[in-house]
This record gives sequence, C-alpha cells and structure tokens, in this order.
Amino acid sequence: MSPRSSFDKALAELQQDILRMASLVEQAIYDAVQSLVKLDVAGAAQVIMGDEMIDELYLEIEDKCVKLIATQQPIARDLRVAITGIKILLSLERMADHAVDIARATMCLSGQPLTVKCLEYIPQMGRLAQQMVKDGLDAYVNGDVQKAKEMCALDDEVDYIFAKVFRELINGMMENPKTVMQSAYLLYVSRYLERIADHATNIGEAVIYLVTGERRELN
Amino acid sequence: MEERVKIAVKDLNLYYKDFQALKDINLDIKANKITALIGPSGCGKSTFLRTLNRMNDLIEGVRVEGTVLLDGQDIYAPDVDVVYLRKRVGMVFQRPNPFPMSVYDNVAYGPRVHGIKNKRLLDEIVERSLRDAALWDEVQDRLFKSALGLSGGQQQRLCIARLLAVEPEVLLMDEPSSALDPISTLKIEELVQVLKKDYTIVIVTHNMQQAARVSDITAYFLNGELVEWGTTDEIFTRPKDQRTEDYITGRFG
Repeated sequence: MSPRSSFDKALAELQQDILRMASLVEQAIYDAVQSLVKLDVAGAAQVIMGDEMIDELYLEIEDKCVKLIATQQPIARDLRVAITGIKILLSLERMADHAVDIARATMCLSGQPLTVKCLEYIPQMGRLAQQMVKDGLDAYVNGDVQKAKEMCALDDEVDYIFAKVFRELINGMMENPKTVMQSAYLLYVSRYLERIADHATNIGEAVIYLVTGERRELN
Repeated sequence: MEERVKIAVKDLNLYYKDFQALKDINLDIKANKITALIGPSGCGKSTFLRTLNRMNDLIEGVRVEGTVLLDGQDIYAPDVDVVYLRKRVGMVFQRPNPFPMSVYDNVAYGPRVHGIKNKRLLDEIVERSLRDAALWDEVQDRLFKSALGLSGGQQQRLCIARLLAVEPEVLLMDEPSSALDPISTLKIEELVQVLKKDYTIVIVTHNMQQAARVSDITAYFLNGELVEWGTTDEIFTRPKDQRTEDYITGRFG
C-alpha cells in the first residue's frame, strides 16, 4: 500500500466530483440553447432552477479542495491537482451562470416568433461550446495535453462565428428597426456562448498546467 | 542564478570503510541563502552536512575524496586548521545541547576559548548573540541561571546564540527543530530567515513543509546521491526527477 493511499483516494474522488458537476453544466448549456431555439419558457425555467444545484455542488466540491490543501499540504503534482480542481470548478460555475443568462434571454424573447436571420448560428455556437467542455474534461481525466490544445483551437471557430453573428445582427437592426429588441437579446446570447467557450479554454489551460506545470495562454 | 557561491562541492565521495555513503556530489552552496537538504533516513544528507566543516573527521574509518571549497579554499587541504574552520562553519544539532552552566557562560564560552577576556566586550557579545538568536528578551533576567532550566526551544536558540558568538560565516543545522514543539519550531524558522542576511545557512530537515517554508534552495539526496537540486519553488511545484516527486509527495517506498 502506498503511504498516501487515502489521500490518493480523496484526489480520485475530487476528479469524480468535478466530472459530475461538468455533466450538469454541459446539460445546462444544451438545454439553454434548445429552449432558446424553441422559445420554450418551461425549459428555460428549468435551466434557471437547475443552477441552484450546480452552485451548491460547486461550493461543496471547492470546500473539499480547500480541506485537502489545509489538511494534506499537497505539493508538486498533488498541489497542481488541487489548484486545477478549483480553477476548473470556477470555470464550470461561470459557464452555468451563462446558461442561466441565456435562459433569461429566452424568457424575454418568448411570446413573439423569432424573425432574425442568423438564428442557425446560435445552436452551432452552442454545440461547439459544449464540445469544448466535453473535450476539456476528457483532457482533464486523461491528462491529455494534446487534446487540451486541440480543444482550445475550437475557441477560434467560436470567435469567428461570434464576429459573423455580430455583423449580421447589426446589419439586420439597421435594415429593420423592428428587430432591434430581438437582435439585442440574441447578441447577448451569442456573447454568452462565446464566453462559455472562453471558460472552456481556461479548462484546457488548467489541464496543461496540471500535467506539465507550465502556464500557457491559449486564447 | 548569479549569487555568490560560498561553498563549492566538487566530485565529493565519502566512504565509511567499504561503504560509500556519498557518491559524486556536486553542489554550490550560495552565500546568504538557505539551502535545505532533504531525503529519507540514511540517504547521506547529514553525512554531507558534516563534510562541510569536517565533522566526519571525528569518525573512524571515514575517507573523503573530492573537494570542498570554502570561499575558494579547499577545506580538506593538509594545512587547514580544523578548529578555525569550525569557527567559520558552525553547527547546530538535532537536540539542543547547552553546556551545564549559566546562560551567559554558554554564550561566552566560545569567545573565551578564542581568547577574549575583557568583561565588557564579553557582555556585549553575549547580549548581541542572544538578541540575534531572538532569545534576549526571554533570558535577560536569568543570564546567570543554569541554561538547563530553559525550555527545549529556548535551549536550541541558546545553542544558536552560542554559535553566533564566535562570528561564524556558515551555519550548518542538522534537523534543528525536530525535537521541538510547533511554536518553537516556527520561532527557529523565523530566526533562520532573519539570520540569512548575515550568514549562509545549510539545514537538514525531515520536515518537508519546513524545507518548503524556510529554504531558498532544496537538494534531494537518495542512497548517497544528489538526485536533484534547484530553487525551492521549483522543487516543490514541479520537480524534474520522478524520484524527487515521489519523495516530496510522500509516495516514496
């Protein structure tokens, strides 16, 4: 038996906890985008309510990290596991908050059909952001630096679409002022999705730090 | 790292009769830095520490090869005055070992041996040494009482004061707080931080967190070899050698 097997068990549990939270966040992003596309108010409400559970989980897992640091005094890789855990948790929590922001936008948009052109880009951004979260967590579990880097490259794609959405929405607003309200909300939504992708990139950077001890800015 | 090298150890090998206790050690001890030596029991770290002021000479059957340069002078050269060497490179041991005499006489002992008789000068040295060892406030009212009545932590600081009284340049500390309670340990650690302004310090410790807290440079020994050394920040956040990582994270053996 390793002299630190109970500590190792605690570190493994931490990883499982983070994955549990990540799957909830991934689902929240998906649900938020779906409810927006369908203007599904009930679905949006679920996303908003579900965030409470994510917040609780966040505090609970972060607390475990803090206790590990306080009681086990981790150093070297162990320390990086604990620090990375806190970083990833924070990124996930922010993403979930943005999912809530999207759900709130859905609430505001409900009651009138969506008429603006670039609507198809929103689910596309949502899919990419979700993929980034998934890949980031895969990279985390497997300590896969290559995957983390590749995942961060997807962020460029998201940024590209965001710029396109921005241009088209502005043009649309100028052409038809009646769409201003709708377009403004969708501009917000695309911005939230772009931010979610940024947070996913932070997870990738955290994974690289975890594995190599090096800090790198990937976006 | 451009800091001045106080002690340069080159290709150092040490044998206890047939047993080789140190193997090809190369290490620069930087002036006014705290160097921590870590490693499991029997790894050679204390043996290495004792090569720096030739304390191993006192052990029968010890043979040393290689060079240890103190400010560029080989301390193993035949003409070296070992008593003078040990004045320059002093040592604090694991267990406090005050002499069975008064606090004052403990500190004045070294200067007296080195020929200082003037009472006023001795008073000055004793006070300054006790102040530098962060002990003066606690013992100024009982300077002429037995040192054996002090607490363990106070005794250890007294031993440090006794060392400082002979104005050394390098302080070697062999697990100086392993026999002390946590508060006394922290006091010693604080003291060591202050002392590095004026002295070069090498400390052997089994307490990993202590090495992390106090030292600037950490050297990891294993089976008589120096596995890795570098800045303490580096060693404790991303050591290069897997053996170092295994040891400091407690996954050794």
